[in-house]
Formats: sequence, C-alpha cells, structure tokens
Amino acid sequence: MKLSLNWLREFVDVDLPVPELARLLIDATAEVESWETIGAQWDAQRIRVAEVVAVEPHPNADRLRLVTVEAGHGRQQVVCGAPNVAVGQKIAFATEGAELVDGHTGERAKLKLRPIRGVESAGMVLSEKELGLSENHEGILVLRPEAPIGRPLVEELGDIVFDISTWANRADLLGVLGFARETAAITGKAMRQPALSHTQSAHKVADAITVEIEDPDLCRRFTASLIENVSIGPSPQWMQERLQKSGMRPINNVVDITNYVMLETGQPLHAFDYDLVRGKRIVARRAKQGEKLTTLDGVEREFDNEMLLICDGEGPVGIAGVMGGGNSEVSANTRNVLLEIANFRPGSIRRTSAYLKLRTEASLRFEKGLGMEMPEFAQHRALHLFEALTGGAVAAGLVDMYPGREPRKTVVVEAARIEQVLGIAVPTEDVRRILTDLGFVCHFVPPGKYSVQPPDWRPDIEIADDVIEDIGRIYGYDKLPTTMLRGVLPAPEVAPVRELRERVRDLAAALGFQETISYTLTDMARLKRMVPESDTLRSNPLGVVNPVAAQHAYLRTSLRPSLLETYALNRRNIDGALRVFEVGFEYLPIEADLPHEGTVLCAVLGGTRETRWAQAGGERLDFFDAKGAVESLLRGIGVKAAFAPRTEFGFLEGHTAEVRAGKEAVGVVGQVHPDHAAMFDIDEPVFLLELRVEDLVRHLPERPEYSAPSKFPEVRQDIALLVDAAVPAGRVLEIARSHRSGSISISAGLFDEYRGKGVPEGKKSLALRLHFQANDRTLTDGDVAKVQQGLVVRLSKELGAELRGS
Amino acid sequence: MSVEPSLEGLREEALAALASASNEAGLEQWRITFFGRQEGRMTALLRSIKDRRVDERATFGANANRLKQELEGALEAKQQDLKDAALKALSTDSAIDVTLPGRPQVLGRLHPVTQTMRDCLKAFGDMGFRVAEGPEVEWDRYNFDGVRIPEDHPARDMWDTIWVNTLIEGKRHMLLRTHTSPNQVRVLERTPAPPVRVVVPGKCYRQEATDATHEWMLTQIEGLAVDEGVRMTDLKGVLYEWSRQMFGSDRKIIFHHSYFPFVEPGVEMAIDCFICRGDGRACHTCHGTGWIEILGAGMVHPEIIETAGYDSSRVTGFAFGLGVERVALLRWGIEDIRNFYANDVRFLQQF
Ligand SMILES: [Zn+2]
Repeated sequence: MKLSLNWLREFVDVDLPVPELARLLIDATAEVESWETIGAQWDAQRIRVAEVVAVEPHPNADRLRLVTVEAGHGRQQVVCGAPNVAVGQKIAFATEGAELVDGHTGERAKLKLRPIRGVESAGMVLSEKELGLSENHEGILVLRPEAPIGRPLVEELGDIVFDISTWANRADLLGVLGFARETAAITGKAMRQPALSHTQSAHKVADAITVEIEDPDLCRRFTASLIENVSIGPSPQWMQERLQKSGMRPINNVVDITNYVMLETGQPLHAFDYDLVRGKRIVARRAKQGEKLTTLDGVEREFDNEMLLICDGEGPVGIAGVMGGGNSEVSANTRNVLLEIANFRPGSIRRTSAYLKLRTEASLRFEKGLGMEMPEFAQHRALHLFEALTGGAVAAGLVDMYPGREPRKTVVVEAARIEQVLGIAVPTEDVRRILTDLGFVCHFVPPGKYSVQPPDWRPDIEIADDVIEDIGRIYGYDKLPTTMLRGVLPAPEVAPVRELRERVRDLAAALGFQETISYTLTDMARLKRMVPESDTLRSNPLGVVNPVAAQHAYLRTSLRPSLLETYALNRRNIDGALRVFEVGFEYLPIEADLPHEGTVLCAVLGGTRETRWAQAGGERLDFFDAKGAVESLLRGIGVKAAFAPRTEFGFLEGHTAEVRAGKEAVGVVGQVHPDHAAMFDIDEPVFLLELRVEDLVRHLPERPEYSAPSKFPEVRQDIALLVDAAVPAGRVLEIARSHRSGSISISAGLFDEYRGKGVPEGKKSLALRLHFQANDRTLTDGDVAKVQQGLVVRLSKELGAELRGS
Repeated sequence: MSVEPSLEGLREEALAALASASNEAGLEQWRITFFGRQEGRMTALLRSIKDRRVDERATFGANANRLKQELEGALEAKQQDLKDAALKALSTDSAIDVTLPGRPQVLGRLHPVTQTMRDCLKAFGDMGFRVAEGPEVEWDRYNFDGVRIPEDHPARDMWDTIWVNTLIEGKRHMLLRTHTSPNQVRVLERTPAPPVRVVVPGKCYRQEATDATHEWMLTQIEGLAVDEGVRMTDLKGVLYEWSRQMFGSDRKIIFHHSYFPFVEPGVEMAIDCFICRGDGRACHTCHGTGWIEILGAGMVHPEIIETAGYDSSRVTGFAFGLGVERVALLRWGIEDIRNFYANDVRFLQQF
C-alpha cells in the first residue's frame, strides 16, 4: 500500500528522519519496501505559491494569454497557454533557473525565459507534468485556495510516499489510521482522530430504504445512509492529490469520498445512485447458480450459489465486497447517494474474488478480516465529508442490520507466559502502555495477569500469544538477548537412504564427475526419449495443472533425460572429457497417493580424455570408463557388484550392462544409443550410469569385510586361457576368485583379452594374473602348482577353458 | 714405519686411476682392476701375503690390509662424489620448468547449493538439530491446512502453488510443496512427546516468474525445536550462531516483525550487510539499508503444538525457514540465482 507522510501527519506528529521512521515501521509493523519523495527537485527559492491577479489576451496570439501573478515580491507578468487559468487561483509559479520537466519532451531542464510571440515572460505557471507530479499537461495545477502566497511549493505540496507491503492478517494496515496508530505506539506520540461530525436533515434513512440480510453467515453487518441533493463535481485538489499518491484515479466528489475514506480507515464503502435502486430495497443474499451482473468495469459476470450478491428490489446491483454493478453506478446525473458500508465473511469474499479472478481494493481488505464496528465509524467519517464537499443533505440515522454482533473478546495474558514465549520479562508499565497505544483495553490483575480486550479493528487477535507478539514487536526484539537451547537431545531418526545418498554424492565427485541439479519438472517429449512406452509406470508421469512453462509440465520419472540434456548443453562450451552427475528423485506415481520419490544417482560421461597438456584429443572415454566409475563407487561403499549384458531402452545393445548387487539389479551402465543421443543433439559416443540408492542400501555391509594382510609372501603366476569367444571374462574371474584350496586363496586379475592370429576362430585368449597366498605359511612351488592345476581343471569343466601353450 | 715400495707404487697408481674415473663405468673398471676377485691387483697382493717370509709376513700383511682399507675408503668417497655431482646436475642442468602445467587428474565438485546446504546442516547439527526429510509432492492438508492456512485464507497468496493434476474424490489436493513447513507437521505427528529438534532440507516449488533473485524451484531448510522451555531468545541464539558460521563471526542479526500463520510471534531475520558494512551508499546487496533479509522465523503457534498432542501451556517451540540459494548467493556474491539450475559446468566448477 502507498502511504503519504503528509496524510499520516494529519493523525500523528512525526519528527523523525524518513529512513528512521521506515526502519521503525519495518521492525515493528510492516515491510516498507521503498519511498518516493515528491518535490525533491523543487527549488524552494524558485518555485513558489502565487495568486493569479489578472488574465488578459496576448496581443499576438489567440491561444496565449498574459497572466499577472502575485508571488509575494510584487506582481509579475507571464505568458501562459493553459485554458484553465483564472483570476483568484493559487498556482505554482517558477522563476528562471528552476529545474522542471519539459511539458513536450518530458526531459528535465532548467527554466530559461525568452520572449513568447514578442512579449517578455517573468516566469512560468506550472502544470502537473512540469512539476513531475503526473503526465497531465492539459492545464495548470490549481492549489487549495488557502495556500499562502510566496510559500515554497515543496512545503505546500512536497511529500514522502511509502510503498509498504502489509501482512495477510492485518486489514487495519490497509488504512492510514492503522499506520498512524502504529506510529504513535512506536514513537510514543499521541494519535489524533479524524473529524466525524455532520448535521442531519429532517428526512430519515429508514423511510427511504429497507435492508434485508438473507444470509447472515456471509453478511455480518450492513449499514446504509442517504445523502440527498448532492452536486456531482470534481473533488477538492487536496483530496485528488492524496488519492493519486495512493495510486487511485480521482473520478468525482462522491466516488472520491468513498475511496478516500477507504484509504483512510481501511473499510471499503460503496455508493449507489439512490434513484436507480429499484424498489427502494436492498437485499444481501447468495446468488442463484448462473445469475449474472455487469459490473462497473463493464464485464458481465456469472455467479455460483456460494457468492454473496447485493440486490435491490429486482435483482443484483453488486457483488458483495468485490465490485458494484453498472446498473446503479453513481454518474454525473446522480442527485441522491445511497452509501453502503458492510462487513462480510472474509473467506467468502476471498473465494468469490478468486473464482471471478477479480481482485479489487475492496476485496483485498474484506478478505483479510475487518472490524465489525468499522462500518459505523466509516459512515460517520464519510458523511462528514459528504456534507462538506458535495453540498448534500445527510438524512437522519443509519440503517444498521447487524446479525453478526458478537460480545467483545477478552484475552487473559499471564505475565509468566510473556516470559515463557519471549524469554524476557517485559515491565508491567511497558505492557500497559504498548497495548493502550495500540487500542487495547488492558487491566493488570495482580500479581501477574493482564485482562486484555483487543480493539475491534484487530480481529486477528485471538489468543494470548497474539497479544504477546504485539507487546514484543513494539517493545522491540532488539531487547532480546541470544540464548542457547537447553535440555536433552532427541534421538536421531535413522535415515540410511539419505546417508548413503550423501556418500554416493561425495564418491561421484571424487571420481571426477561435476554435480549438477536439474529442474525436476520436464515435458513428455523429453521424458519419452529415454523412457519406453512399455514402462507404464514411468511413461505416465504426474502432470501439474499450472506449470511455470510448458517444458516443466511433468514430474520426471527418470533422471536420464536431465543428465543427457546437461551433457549436451555443456558440450557446446567444453571440449574434451565431460563427466556430470546428479543425485535426485524420480517421482513414480502411485494410485490415489503421493508418488514414490525414489533416490537415484545418474551420471553421464563422454568425450576425449585429457592429454598430458590438458588438451582435448586424447583417447576417447568408453564403456569401461563408465563401468570403472560404477566399480569404484560401489567399492567405495563396500558393495560387491556384478555385471551382466542387458537390453535397455535408449541404450546400445551389446554395450550395456545391468549392475547387480547379489542377485538384484541395482542399476545400469552403458552406451546411450546413438539415435537417442542424437535426440539430445549429442553426436558422439556418450555413456550413462544409473544407480538406485534405495536398492543399494539393502546390500550395504553392516561393517566392511576385513581380513588381516598375510605375513607370508604371495606367489604370482600368469596364465593364458583359451575359451569360447562367447564366454564372459567376468565368469572366468569369478571362478578364479572363488577358488580356494585349504588355506590357500587366489586373487585374480585380467590383463589381456586377445582374438586373432594364433587363436582359433570363435575363441579368445584371456591372460590372467593369479596371486596365491596362504595365511599360515610360505607357499612352495609344489603348493602353487597344485592349486593352479585344480583351478584349471575347474575352468575347463565349467567353461571349457584350456590352458594356452600347454 | 715405512710402506714397502711395492705397496706404495700400487697405492699411487690406484689413487691416480680412481681420481681419473669420471662415471659409474669408470669406477666399476677401477674396482675390477684392483679388487677383481680373480685378477684384481689388490686381491693378488693380499693373496701373496702367504708367500712372504715368515718374519715379514705380519708386517707386510698389516700394511697390505691397511692399503686395502684405504683404497676401499677412497672408492666409497669417490662414489659419493659422483653421486653428489649427479644430483647437483639434476637440480641444475636438468632442472624442470615447474611452471609447466601438471598432468591433469579428474576432479569433480559438489554443486554450490549442495555445499551450502551441507554447511548449514553442519552448523545446525552442531547445535543438536537432526535431519528429517519429507516429500516434495505433498497434500494440501500438510502444506496449508496443517500450518493454519485454510482454503480461502489470504495468506495462501504468500505462496503461489503448483498443483498436481490428480483428483482425489473429485478435488485437487496434491501439490508441490511451497515450503518445507509441512514437514513440521509430519515430524510432530510421528513424535509422541517432545523434545523435537530437527532441520528439514529439501526442494520447494513456486508458481512464479524467474528473475535474478527468484527461482520457481528452490531449496529450503526448515528448523523446528519444540520442548518445555524453548524461548524466542533461543531462536535468536541459534540463528545468531548459524549466521556467524555462514557469514563470519563478526555478524550481527536483528529480528523484525513478520507474519506467518504457523508462528506467533512471527519475525524476519536480517544480518548486517557485510558488503558495505552499512555505509549506506548504493549497495546492491542491502539496498543501502545496511541489513540483509535472510529468513523467516517465529514461535510455533500453540494450535500446532496442541494438534501434535502436546500441552501448549508447558511446551513451546520455534521454527524457521531459510532459502539455501539465497545464502549461497550472498556468501559467494553470485548475482543471478538462475545460474544454479542452468547447469553450466563452467559456472559450477568454480565453487
Ligand atoms: Zn550493503
């Protein structure tokens, strides 16, 4: 909301510098976002209030006139083109050198005087545009009649306008009076009340209109007053100025008064043209399903039966708390004004304005919850202004239907509770002062209790802690010391998946992968590049109703597209090896329940290894780099992995393996199928590995398997085996590694795979390095020969392997 | 005692030959010449001791052995000299250009948001907060109703919600959590009695346009401490410690009034601007106010304590919620939040 400092000063004295006031309000009341200084550029010497004392025609130009002004230092003549200049007006007058906005170009420049059509001009009578107040350059700015001649304009018209965002529970802060009260409480100054007095005519409102509330659950109070014989015209300059500063457009005196009182009190008002109210009857009732009304903005709107309408004898004339109807609008022809000020159930107004997508100054206030006494207060304030500014006669009394009347709330606040919540004791006199300044009625009940009645305009106050907040924020949170939590620590929750996830993240980074984080929402096309139709779970992701953009419409069921996209994006900028990973969720739908958020590590790599000189162009990364990463990662967490060929959508067959822990598949590693890579604009071999953290968790050893290093030397032996080309090398290794004889164990590694010359067609040669070791003795050649013999026999039996060169 | 002429001659010859040896090969040649097992001259000399007359044998033998020791010593010294010379040459003639680049090794890094998250969790962990996580896809009853934001409450405007397209009995209830606060309710629900002291990290989502300081996907940490005797001063103390750990030990903090339906009182916390140190002039970080808004917090609303089944007249609590990206932006002076999820490795590698 926009808050004018001048307006605020009408109700409370403020002598603080602006930044300090802003700081205090931020600390205790609401978020002051910024402020604007009106008249910051107005030179106090060169721009002053003056009076027009004569207007004569220009001798050489029909459109121009010669205007004589009294600016406090004698009369001066200027040439003026404004159509609205008239004798007796108070105007803003600038002399040479004043900094102004050029009325035509909009640029700031110093005023340079020169003869206009042959007549000298001593200065300039200013428009709003020239003062930087608005874009209005139609005529000159006319000041209030009481403005003192010679007064610097910056004193007359200068102001500070704060831009403040207020909280969702404080409708009272959407009015100047709310801020005046807060300012008074914070600074210790007294607050002044606006004028409410007005006279009443012999006519009675009650004779002119009847009001019925059919749905008291939605309409808790409805007041109506009548102002007869108003003269519709512009509202006074000061009112227009305040409306403009508050971001509202002046319309006419009647409409302006309703807006002005709303801005001042926070309570919305609505003026009807009384003569257009059919049947001289107002009914507040729920709409009939499908009922329609054209609102003030010219839009026809349709209602459901939970929306409250204001109707006259024949039909709807307004949407309660949101906007009036065009059929009863105040116009230039209006003579008599029916003024509605009501209180509606906040949730209902919010629902209506949300469903209609119609948020107005009124609905924003009603939905936050207004005081039930506010309608009456605002009526008196408005009637005071109607009498003063429209020449109308105020009919006697108010029609006041008040089905929602409630007894005044009393909240008991224990002094001990203040200390229990805030951590400090607040002196009784401070509690009393703060609450009284904020409009509470506060009785101290010795030895340690306050009986508190919150003011009507603070329906947000419900419990003792609400009162304690008001005490705390005005007393000042800067008075709170810092203390440390005491007491016993709760037991930690066990979260093996989370712990493993973080270890896996560390390991992936340690293995050279850069961590990335992608948006978890994607689109169907992207997802389907790596998810087959046959995977009915993953190909039916959860969609969102209102995505921020079309490419973020579905919760991803696979990280693969995200990572490939990241790879492609970086490939544009980076030569050489690229290794990226993400640890995140795939969101797997569950019928009528929240999705399963499965934790997955996905990594992609490709490109060429860095050379000695850190340049691209070394050997290409391949499947075995990806597999090596999986092996190291699993070794890092102590999980024994096995690999088996696998056919997987989006991967190149014959270059893809399933990662297994025990018998369970826990992931996949392989080359992305070039056709699929191409969908991501990747035109080089690229490899992807994926591990499901939740599945891995089940295979974590409780503690690392450990054996003491043998004190006896090991014996190394290289052998070459001939096997069928189709026999997986992993199988050979598996057998070699599992082979034991007595206390002798073998650790085996592969150091060559060879096909071609010297090896029969359909066969391959595998070179194995075997390390024999016993933990109880030094092995003899005989021992080794025996164990090796046994192994070869086994390999020959199980895999048809034969020892090469033997 | 004089050395026999034959020994003296051998000695001079051997030392001269040793002096002229300039490398390992020369030394080896010398060793063979004088100490070779078969033909070595020194070896032969020693072997000839037994051929001496008995009365000469002792003296000659002693002299010969002394000479052997001397020559062996000389050889060792010469070897050492050559080794020293070689090392010297290594550090001078063969000195490498140490400014040449090292051989590349692979090194990955954690995402700056992950790093910042971990640093925050560590700071809170040191104060006894345990990590508890909750789902990103949530029910509205946890995200809103459970934290006192019923439908038709204007506070729902504080969070623009992305709704999931799933109808439960004809109504929309599933959403992407807009904050980590729903997990307050979940944690309390599964904790039969206080104390509770948790931090809840995780992603949140907002239906809003992105700019340099706003992202629609964001990472939050929610904190919750509930027990008898938890006071607002404790909240201030915990957040003060965290601020000092994240932004330097000379940080100052202030609370100012704020509103969140699930806390009472509600505050926003700001830290003093460590960029301009409050000199007020055109600071982009604090906009000249000297203070940087950093998180929202407050005392847990008694209604939430009661819903958990605890006695709100005895049990109090505090809660806070902070944006991890914002902390990362501030601590590293990053200007645009959109860098985090654009996944440009050239950016990510620098943290
Ligand atoms: Zn600053």
